Amino acid sequence: MGIELKQVSKRVGAEIHIHPTDLVLDAGGFNVLLGTTLAGKTTLMRLMAGLEAPSGGEVWFDGKNVTGIPVQKRSVAMVYQAFINYPSFTVFDNIASPLRVARVARGEIRTRVGKIAELLRLTPMLDRLPAELSGGQQQRTALARALVKNAPLVLLDEPLANLDYKLREELRDELPKLFQDTGATVVYATSEPLEALMLGGHTATVHEGRITQYGATAQVYRTPNTLLTARVFSDPPINTATVDKQGDTFVFGDAAHWPVTEKYAVLPNGIYTLGIRPHHVTVTGEHADGVVVRGIVQIAEISGSESIVRVEVAGNSWVSRSHGVHPFEVGDTVELHMQVQRCLYFDSGGELVAS
Amino acid sequence: MKNQKWLVPTFYIVFLMLPIYWLLNMSFKTTNEILGTFSMFPLEFTLDNYKKIFTDPTWYNGYLNSITYVVINTLISVTVALPAAYAFSRYRFLGDKHLFFWLLTNRMAPPAVFALPFFQLYSAFELFDTHIAVALAHCLFNIPLAVWILEGFMSGVPKELDETAYLDGYSFWRFFVRIFVPTIAAGIGVAAFFCFMYSWVELLLAKTLTSVAAKPIAATMTRTASTAGYELGLLAAAGTLTIIPGAVVIYFVRNYIAKGFALGRV
Repeated sequence: MGIELKQVSKRVGAEIHIHPTDLVLDAGGFNVLLGTTLAGKTTLMRLMAGLEAPSGGEVWFDGKNVTGIPVQKRSVAMVYQAFINYPSFTVFDNIASPLRVARVARGEIRTRVGKIAELLRLTPMLDRLPAELSGGQQQRTALARALVKNAPLVLLDEPLANLDYKLREELRDELPKLFQDTGATVVYATSEPLEALMLGGHTATVHEGRITQYGATAQVYRTPNTLLTARVFSDPPINTATVDKQGDTFVFGDAAHWPVTEKYAVLPNGIYTLGIRPHHVTVTGEHADGVVVRGIVQIAEISGSESIVRVEVAGNSWVSRSHGVHPFEVGDTVELHMQVQRCLYFDSGGELVAS
Repeated sequence: MKNQKWLVPTFYIVFLMLPIYWLLNMSFKTTNEILGTFSMFPLEFTLDNYKKIFTDPTWYNGYLNSITYVVINTLISVTVALPAAYAFSRYRFLGDKHLFFWLLTNRMAPPAVFALPFFQLYSAFELFDTHIAVALAHCLFNIPLAVWILEGFMSGVPKELDETAYLDGYSFWRFFVRIFVPTIAAGIGVAAFFCFMYSWVELLLAKTLTSVAAKPIAATMTRTASTAGYELGLLAAAGTLTIIPGAVVIYFVRNYIAKGFALGRV
C-alpha cells in the first residue's frame, strides 16, 4: 500500500513534536525510521496508524485521504517495543483476535492462525497465556497478531529493543523475510544505525521532529545530504573537523593536508566541515590515498575483534574503529590512517557539497 | 531467650483471637450460663441460639436485608467506578488531579454527618426503609474508594494494550468488556471486596434509613439487647454469623489483595 504524508505536523500545546513533513514511503517495501529517542519516530507512526490526529496536513493511503478515518477502519497493524498481548487470552486467541473482530469464519481462523504460529515457531505455545511465555515468544505472538490479518501497513516500533542480544539477531534476520511475501508496506522504527543497515530497504532519518533524508538505506548511509543526517546515521558518531580548501589542497590544521581530487576541484576556496566515519580512521592498514594524522588517546575500549579508541586529533575529539585487538595507553600518541577518499565535505550550512 | 521466638507472635495471635473465641463460646451457651458462671467452653452445649436465628423471620430477614443492600451497593459501586477510573487513568482533562483527590476526601467525613440529609432526602422520595436507599447511601463512600483502587490497577496496564485492540478493530466498548475488564479482574475483585466490607459493617446510615422492611442484621442485634432482656447467647450467635460472610469473601480475594498492596493502592 502506498503511504503518503502531506505536510503532516503534530503539536501538543506549545511543543512541536513533528514539523510539517512530506514523505512518500516505498510501497510494499521495508521502510526504516532512524533517529534517537524522542526524535519523533513513534509520533510519525502513530500519525500513520491514526492513533493520533495530525495538527496539520493529511495522511494518504493508496491515493485516498484517510486523515479523519478512525484507527479501527484503517487496517493497520502495529507492534510495540513493550510486549503487548491480551493477558487474559491464550496465545491462540491473541493471534486470532483481529480475525474474530473481522468475523472471519471459524475454520479459516484456525488454518490462518496455525500457519502463522508455525512460521513463528509458536505452535507448542498456542494454549498458554502470554504471562507464561519468554520475552522473545511474547514478541513473536505480537508479531503473529500483526501478520495474521494481512494488514497492508505494518508499523514496528523498535520491536526488538527489549529483547536480549541473541534473540534480537535472530528475529531481525527473520523480520524482512516474514513480510516479504505479504506485500505489506512495513515501517520500522529504530534508534540503531546498524540495525537500519542490516534491515536494508529504505531509510528515513529523523531528527528533532523532522525527516532529514529519505532514500534507499545504503544510499542514505553512503551519501548523507546533510551533516545532521550523517550524525544520525552513524554509530559510533561520525568524526567531524574543520578543513580549509586552499587551491588544490585541503588543509586540516597542522595535523594533515591532502590534495583536492577532481570531484571537489570546482569548490570555491574556504572553510568546510569534514565528516569521516570511525572505521575510516584506523590504526592499521596503509591505504594508497591514506593520510596519517596524529592523535592522543583519551579512552580505549576493546570489544571482541575490534578496537575502539577515542583520540584527540588537532583539538577535535574523534573515534577510531579498527579491526584486531590493539592495546592503547591513555595519553599515548597514536598514528591514524585516514582514508581521505571517504571524507564527506559539508558547507557552512551543513549541506553536503558534491559527492 | 533463644528458643522463645514463638512467644510474641503467639501472644499476639491469642490476643487477637480471644474475643472471637469468646463470641463463639457464648453462642453455644444459654443466656443463664453466660450470666451465671465463667467457663472457657460451654458446659451445657446448645444449638438453640442458631436454631432461633434460622427460624425466626425477624432474625434471618436481618441477614437477607443486609446481604441485599450490600450486593446492590457493590454492583453499583463497581459498575460506576469502572468507567470513571478508566477516565482518570487514561485521559488528561482540566482539573483531573483535583477531582480525583476530591473524590477521596468524601471518605474523610464521618458517615454521621450525612445521616440527617440522607434521611430527609430519602423520605422525600419515599425511598425510606428500602434496600436501595442504604445501597445508594453507601455509594457515597464506596464509589470513591472503588475508583481509587481501580485507577491504580488500570494505570498498571500499558496504554498500548488499548491501542493494540483498536488496531485489531475493536470498538471501545467491545475492548473494554472483552479485554480490559478481564485484564484488571484482580482489581475489580479487590474493589468489590472493600465495597462489600464497608457496606457490611456500616451501621449508622443503614440503621437511620431503615425501620422494618430493610432493617440490617446489626440493627436487629441492638434491638434484642435492649427490649427482650439480655439474650446474650442469641446475640453471640448472631454476631458469629455476621463474621462469616466477610471471612468467606476474604478467602476468595486474598491473593488479589496481596497484589493490590503491591501496587500501593489498597
